[in-house]
Amino acid sequence: MAKHRELGLTDHEFELIVEKLGREPNDVELAMFSLLWSEHCAYKHSRKLLRRLPTEGERVVMGPGENAGAVDVGNGHAVAFKVESHNHPSAVEPFQGAATGVGGILRDVFAIGARPIAILDSLRFGELDSVRSRHLLDGAVRGIGHYGNSIGVATVGGEIYFEEPYEHNCLVNAMCLGLAKTEDMVRAAAAGVGNAVVLMGASTGRDGIGGASVLASAELGDGDDAKRPTVQIGDPFEESKVLECCLELLEKGLLVSLQDLGAAGLTSSAGEMASAGGVGIDLDVAKVPLREADMEPFEIMVSESQERMLAVVEPARVDEVRAICEKWQTGSAQIGVVTDSGAIRILRDGDVVGEMPVEALVDGCPLYDLEPAEPEGWIYGNRATLAPGGTAAEELLALLAAPSIASKRWAFEQYDSVVGSRTARRPEAAEAAVLALPEAGNAIAVSIDGNGRRVACDPYAGTVEAVLECAQNLACVGAEPLGLTNCLNFGNPEKPATAWQLDRSVTGLADACTALGVPVVGGNVSLYNEGPDGPIYPTPVVGMVGELPDPAQVAGNAFAKAGDAIALLGPFAPTMAGSQLVKQRGELDAGLPQPDVEAVAAACATVRDAVRAGKLASARDVSDGGLACALAESSIGAGHGCRADLQPLRERGCTPEEALFGEGSGGFLLSGDRAALESLGAIVIGEVGGDAIEIAAGDRSLTVPLSEAERAWRSLTF
Amino acid sequence: MIWGVLQFPGSCDERDALHACEAASGEARLIWHESRDLDRVDAVVVPGGFSYGDYLRAGAIARFSPAMEAVAEFAAAGGPVLGICNGFQVLCEAGLLPGALLRNEDLRFVCRQADLLDERSGERLSIPLKHGEGRYYAPEGVLDELEARGQVAYRYAPGQNPNGSVRDIAGVRNEAGNVVGLMPHPEHAVDPLTGSTDGLRVFEALAAAGARG
Repeated sequence: MAKHRELGLTDHEFELIVEKLGREPNDVELAMFSLLWSEHCAYKHSRKLLRRLPTEGERVVMGPGENAGAVDVGNGHAVAFKVESHNHPSAVEPFQGAATGVGGILRDVFAIGARPIAILDSLRFGELDSVRSRHLLDGAVRGIGHYGNSIGVATVGGEIYFEEPYEHNCLVNAMCLGLAKTEDMVRAAAAGVGNAVVLMGASTGRDGIGGASVLASAELGDGDDAKRPTVQIGDPFEESKVLECCLELLEKGLLVSLQDLGAAGLTSSAGEMASAGGVGIDLDVAKVPLREADMEPFEIMVSESQERMLAVVEPARVDEVRAICEKWQTGSAQIGVVTDSGAIRILRDGDVVGEMPVEALVDGCPLYDLEPAEPEGWIYGNRATLAPGGTAAEELLALLAAPSIASKRWAFEQYDSVVGSRTARRPEAAEAAVLALPEAGNAIAVSIDGNGRRVACDPYAGTVEAVLECAQNLACVGAEPLGLTNCLNFGNPEKPATAWQLDRSVTGLADACTALGVPVVGGNVSLYNEGPDGPIYPTPVVGMVGELPDPAQVAGNAFAKAGDAIALLGPFAPTMAGSQLVKQRGELDAGLPQPDVEAVAAACATVRDAVRAGKLASARDVSDGGLACALAESSIGAGHGCRADLQPLRERGCTPEEALFGEGSGGFLLSGDRAALESLGAIVIGEVGGDAIEIAAGDRSLTVPLSEAERAWRSLTF
Repeated sequence: MIWGVLQFPGSCDERDALHACEAASGEARLIWHESRDLDRVDAVVVPGGFSYGDYLRAGAIARFSPAMEAVAEFAAAGGPVLGICNGFQVLCEAGLLPGALLRNEDLRFVCRQADLLDERSGERLSIPLKHGEGRYYAPEGVLDELEARGQVAYRYAPGQNPNGSVRDIAGVRNEAGNVVGLMPHPEHAVDPLTGSTDGLRVFEALAAAGARG
């Protein structure tokens, strides 16, 4: 097989490279092109679609194209954030895959000069009755904890779903938020001909070679053990030192620009810095500190060894920079220089071993149009796990015990959620994580959501719902959205059905963000998530960051006290389509109702204002498992039962079953003073109290003792 | 009162400890691990984290740092020293406190709010804990001596032992009473917004021990 094909390039792409160089590339150049022209680096099947997303807003400080996006939070401070996938490495080796996923997203955030303050994770695995899924879940959770706990950044939230299509292709998406003084922030563009290029942090080894092209841009199949060496190994201690070192360097104004080394290592970081700055860079691989002395130039250029950063430094300040690196006991070496050649030149001891125009290398990859075709009906399997004919009480218990709905305490107790002393609401205590920002005199809230099953039912509506769920979660803690990041996890975009999912999903994301006025400030695309049994559910993961004036006013999501009224607010008209119950019955089918974005946005504003005014004792958005599960979870958290009558939903045309277990956007479950709730236009449906969950819903009415509900909901453990 | 908070490469909670010391009483400053000079502080906190990465054994390398040599002299002279989590592990490794901290019984990191009993005052304190190597251990004979001399400083409330520590021990003090170590994190319990202010009592108790010394 021709070498370029082994490296993932098509014949057409290879011909294009020959044309741009005016000759055949040598091995070093071919390796570098194959990485920067991979799907992972070049976004060649998604870039055209992403142009649909709204990226501008009054509060945007940095938008897409930088290492992370950032929004203004007042008082001269900005919050930087980004979500990124590490799916393929985690499917091969979950502990290191997830750990280095966290490490990579942390570097993206401190690369722009922000101190990381919080991590969230969005994870997807096959059903938990599979040994493989349990292994992947356990490894990924340990890996996230290992990295985040060791480096001292709080893991404050996340979500985990278990669905069969993720059996061979788990998803590990990690999101990081950082806080910066706006004046200390730095961009990635190289500048200043003659300036030094300094590599900082860990030494360079053979780990992770070809990760971006081999792992992240192709389907996994049999015999993937041979790809194990392409998984990177993380060292959070090294990263901790590099983090502190970089923040000190930036605070002292010693760096012209800074970039992390992620996928495609030195190749992409040097290439992107040169491209953004419109300059050239000469790099001498002989000056790169190595773990193994006999590494070839191409290996040095494509290594994905972790915990490395690349900086541009004025020549007069190189000594000062290196002294601070020494103080933090981390490596530094001047490996190159900024030039006006417009080319990336790779040297070894002064001999040129590769030379490519930056424009061709970084921006020359052809962008492809998708060839979408809507598949007919439901294209995934769906195994029934719930016998038909059960009572509503039995169904509620089965839903509460479903791993996707059950409490994730087993996972989040393995994460340090308190370091940094900002965490005003810990996992599962409120609908969104809340972080105090004494520096800016306010707080931020953050939520990460994306229900792949519903997106599979209708990629457009399902993606709109993911954005709305984030917005509803933020409203429940009184926060107003400032910006959004996303990770688009899909199958092979060269297949028409996946192309259609991707196209519809991005349109849904764009429409929802535009309607809500929330700019997309960054994101990541992970394609080719396919195993032998087909593609994953289309899974756009949305991370939304909002601002609130006073974290002390935040409502929890559990009922507060017996006697409080329970009310429903919002344009909630649930149906069984795509619901957890229908999944458990094995009856999933294509199609979802279209959410009314304007009406949901209005309900969000009402809830947000009510929380800020201290009018609510609790607030929860109605999501997986419908209103019955929402009532049960609010009761379990409170240690009080509840009595509710769902007649108001019946009057909206819902069947008893839809009222109990139907899903859809726009529902808020609130509690508090009856008159206060009614003044918001909420419909009172019941009262907190007793030691059972009693729900009247026509011929599907149910009563479940609180202790039984709690046992079911807390059943997720190892 | 001036508090000094040690800072190692790999420390995680040093800035939070600094803030907590200020909230408890007076001034606080960071002390770099390579410094033998404690800068005339009145009390020292050895904070949580993963000093030098803790890849060998928690606290095993930090005990040899120049700053810890100074802390040993400071403690010998009766200066108050508080070790939190990794700091507790470092103080045990340095021989300034009895016993050792082993991997949690279930071999998993754990982070949760827990109730502690202050063995001297009888107070019940709500303080978060977060660690993977927090299982306190000492031989039975040593434990009996510690109990007899009142060296058990904090215990997990009944039923809340998160890691399999012997006799529910969450923290101990040295014989003189001026060196205290505990696994839970009082520095993360100094503000009602983040869950509790009970952690202040731990700092205040140590300051009082220093004043008595």
